[in-house]
Amino acid sequence: MAHLPFAETLANHKLSLSPTTVDTLQANLTRLCNQACHHCHVDASPKRTEQMDRATVDQCLEVLARHPTIEKLDLTGGAPELNPHFEYFVVEARRLGKHVMVRHNLTVTIDGNPQTGESKRHLPEFFAQHRVEVISSLPYYQQFFTDKQRGNGVFAKSLEAMRMLNAFGYGQPESGLELNLVYNPVGAFLPASQESLEQQYKRELANKFGVTFNRLFTITNMPINRFKKDLIRLERYDEYLAKLISSFNPAAAAGVMCRSLISVGYDGRLYDCDFNQMLDLSLSPTDGATIFDFDLEKLTHRQILFDQHCYGCTAGAGSSCGGATATS
Amino acid sequence: MSYYDPKDLARFGEIGKFRGELAEKFFEYYNAVTGADGALTKREKALIALAVAHSEKCPYCIDAYTTACLEAGANPEEMTEAVHVAATMKAGITLVHGVQMHNALEKLGAM
Repeated sequence: MAHLPFAETLANHKLSLSPTTVDTLQANLTRLCNQACHHCHVDASPKRTEQMDRATVDQCLEVLARHPTIEKLDLTGGAPELNPHFEYFVVEARRLGKHVMVRHNLTVTIDGNPQTGESKRHLPEFFAQHRVEVISSLPYYQQFFTDKQRGNGVFAKSLEAMRMLNAFGYGQPESGLELNLVYNPVGAFLPASQESLEQQYKRELANKFGVTFNRLFTITNMPINRFKKDLIRLERYDEYLAKLISSFNPAAAAGVMCRSLISVGYDGRLYDCDFNQMLDLSLSPTDGATIFDFDLEKLTHRQILFDQHCYGCTAGAGSSCGGATATS
Repeated sequence: MSYYDPKDLARFGEIGKFRGELAEKFFEYYNAVTGADGALTKREKALIALAVAHSEKCPYCIDAYTTACLEAGANPEEMTEAVHVAATMKAGITLVHGVQMHNALEKLGAM
């Protein structure tokens, strides 16, 4: 089925989405993960071996040092903690005064490194010590949906890791240590309203399991990689894309994260976002193809590469690494 | 082929092909009731609609409100419980008519 090209939808709404600034550097440190989730757009798993090397980490730090306007470092993966330079990266970025966010899957604290067996139980203390913002996927406040998407036993391990984070002050009033959770739908449907779901999560997790957190971010499943294969298997790809298109929200489009973020891959290549990274849609050499030729001026005047998957960020209340971008 | 085609649900609006102003009134009313939080939340309303969809045995509505419940943040336990509410209502409605049977038995002098 032919779907309206994303660029045409933008034109129909007289929207020209150009970069506004670069306030966030999002670094994908590794494709290695202790989990192999059903809908992972990275296709991460315990078998992957790609890792950002020390020279690339140092170059990211050099870019951060050179540009005070890039205030945030967003570390993702795979499980970014499984990169051997992860802790060095965090410590040095904090030394530069940057706000550091980690896309932490919770279970890595319990499972450790699936390839070396190295324990990661010190992570909650490390995060607290360096005042890292922890952002963790928890697809639902019950076991059924969480384990269905992320694997058997993940819900119980996630709770254990959350209790450890809570014990170090995360998600506790006045501590300033933020633990934010991420919801994404378990199937081919759009997320519920972020506000109402956050209330449900808070009530259920506190009452039934005694764990607390700060905010809930709702994210739409991007129709790429594993999730796309799933949609095709279920014969729902066209229907899902049509739904995203019919739910296009200009206000959500205006707030898309690629307007203020640059994504860097484990090999140093630059992208508009983590999704473009996984689709190999890298920036053009004229804009600066790698972190080693990072030119902020050129990057803030670049043409963002859009494609059909971008409908995932503009549907309903919108979707970004920080959750909804508009009210639905 | 089944009598019901799931694709037909998307064609619901075609009911407005004739006497469109009536369809317009219906859809406006429908959206006002189901489309936003009110005294009941959208989630509660979606669960009620799912229960009604089952008691009325409407395949279109079961498809639509399974998705609507998920998109309102509901989970399979709540959705199943809603279907049980519909089922118990059906069972109760059947059983309470047993009193009518008793009345009839009495009238016949059989009870």
